[in-house]
Amino acid sequence: MAKAKTNTEDYLQMYRQMVRIRTFEDTANQLYLSAKMPGLTHMYSGEEAVAVGICEALRDSDHITSTHRGHGHCVAKGAEFKQMFCELLGKAEGYCRGKGGSMHIADQSHGNLGANAIVGGSMGIATGSALRAKLQGRDDVTVCFFGDGATAQGLMYEVMNMAALWKLPVIYACENNGYSEYTKTEEIAAGSITARAEAFGIEAHQVDGQDVLAVNALAAKLVARARKGEGPFFIELMTYRYHGHHVGDINREYYRSKAEEKDWRENRDPIIRFRAHLVAEGIASEEDLDALNAQIAADAAEAVAYAEAAAYPPAEEVDMHVFAA
Amino acid sequence: MREITLSQAVNEAIAEEMRRDPTVFLMGEDVAEAGTPFKVLAGLVEEFGTDRVIDTPISEPGFMGMAVGAAMTGARPIVDLMFGDFIFLIMDQLCNQAAKTHYMSGGKLTVPLVLRTNLGATRRSAAQHSQSLQALVAHIPGLKVAMPSSAYEAKGLMKTAIRDNNPVVIFEDKLMYQDKAPVPEEEYLIPFGVANVKREGRDITLIGTSSMVQVAEKAAEILAREGISAEVIDPRTIVPLDEKTLIESVKKTSRAIVIDEGHQSYGVTAEIASRLNEKAFYHLDAPVLRMGAMDVPVPFSPALEDLTVPTPEAVAEKARMLCAGEMIHAAE
Repeated sequence: MAKAKTNTEDYLQMYRQMVRIRTFEDTANQLYLSAKMPGLTHMYSGEEAVAVGICEALRDSDHITSTHRGHGHCVAKGAEFKQMFCELLGKAEGYCRGKGGSMHIADQSHGNLGANAIVGGSMGIATGSALRAKLQGRDDVTVCFFGDGATAQGLMYEVMNMAALWKLPVIYACENNGYSEYTKTEEIAAGSITARAEAFGIEAHQVDGQDVLAVNALAAKLVARARKGEGPFFIELMTYRYHGHHVGDINREYYRSKAEEKDWRENRDPIIRFRAHLVAEGIASEEDLDALNAQIAADAAEAVAYAEAAAYPPAEEVDMHVFAA
Repeated sequence: MREITLSQAVNEAIAEEMRRDPTVFLMGEDVAEAGTPFKVLAGLVEEFGTDRVIDTPISEPGFMGMAVGAAMTGARPIVDLMFGDFIFLIMDQLCNQAAKTHYMSGGKLTVPLVLRTNLGATRRSAAQHSQSLQALVAHIPGLKVAMPSSAYEAKGLMKTAIRDNNPVVIFEDKLMYQDKAPVPEEEYLIPFGVANVKREGRDITLIGTSSMVQVAEKAAEILAREGISAEVIDPRTIVPLDEKTLIESVKKTSRAIVIDEGHQSYGVTAEIASRLNEKAFYHLDAPVLRMGAMDVPVPFSPALEDLTVPTPEAVAEKARMLCAGEMIHAAE
């Protein structure tokens, strides 16, 4: 694995964050399966190294924009389980007072400008955030997370053009999980994904999105350069989503095989790989990591119990927040 | 009082607010050296530089989306959309992103931006440069909509819009840019949601938006010569709407015509007429009439285009019929 953050605490933080995402998603999936969660949600499981590798290279004053598959970005940028589960269940103590739900969680205290339920819909927002930082003379960087499916949206080309013209501190992070909803990426994307950015003179990289150290090493380098005005940058992160397009997408053999899913889960899982690395390098013992996992599982259970018991927003909030004062 | 054009009024409002607040900046197509095709923004780039008066590529969704992001992170962008017709290009960024962010975030994020654009037919620009699309925007919760009817309103409403913490869409009538009106030298703001009674009357209320205020005023003059006393009201903003002033007027006059240059069906006129029917029904002596643009794409030929928009004569004719009790059943 590539070298990135080097001290033990940084390594353990990346491991912890990846496990927190996986645990959050497994718990959310159970909420769906037990009919306790209103609506649907889109699982990030399998893609943890992408969000964690990148967000561990950022600070709170750096912004991200996220997607409909956004829980991973939210956790990785510093969000708490309790407010997240409350939001998923539509409770008043959620990050958005229950008004956004899974697809709109925003946590501006940690620089998360929000998930977005329009595919590619946040690309303008991310680029505008970078423009704002540049106009202010700040060295904050904005990372725009989006999927391979969003490369089919015209907005991406408009904002990459402007970001390149104006040298904006934005990093476009394309999570290529191989599927655009229920369709293979190769069926919706002609040519190379990175070449799209290169056409605008944007430096583009492709990285193994299942290798958190490789992602973090690249992200750290590009973030530092973006802070110095060398942006924008584009990263294509090769990854995989373990679940269907959303939690209700159970029977999906018509578009991808169980053998393929099994291969990614067993042989390329970002958490299993990183855990093996931590143990092999003597950074942590199996027992240490088991204890960490158990602590995270307990945190999630506690947060869910809290969210289930929490109050819904009162009726008078329904027309609150339409306009800001 | 001095008189300046609507164009100068908008320019002054933006310049004053840019001097007052360093977070205000402008972006759009040809806003800098060109100062827009209508020259409304001429001179701003010389004072504020290209960092705050930003020429963009012809990428309406792109720069609209960027304005949303800049607004969410503390700036107050003014987006210049060259023609109101281009609103269709930015609908996702305006209606799915800007309008909903404050609500969806439970009030944590705000999007203080101004989208300044225009409306109005009879400029011989055909169907894609002549539309008045305020109803589309007013339909979406989370957007405020201002429709200045003169240079005075254009300045005061623009300054209020820039200081508002929400997305505000301002529609200027592109045929009014050279129209002059008295505008004070000293600073003033016009609050949103406060209608202006332009002319008092007792027989009928004519509610007009944007340039239709002038149409209503001219109709009122025609009617006055015939002994019909028309009250003319300019709502100035359609979101928020000063329902109270409109209802009070109709309670007094018992008749009303609502005039707006958007298409009549499912439009601004329908919304206002409906509210008057719901809230002043027992005071009405005649149905509230709508007068919008014809439900046709705006034609190019002057011979046809002029037929599509409300005129003072047409308004006066309807008013006469209402006052004579000829439209009790609104059947024609």
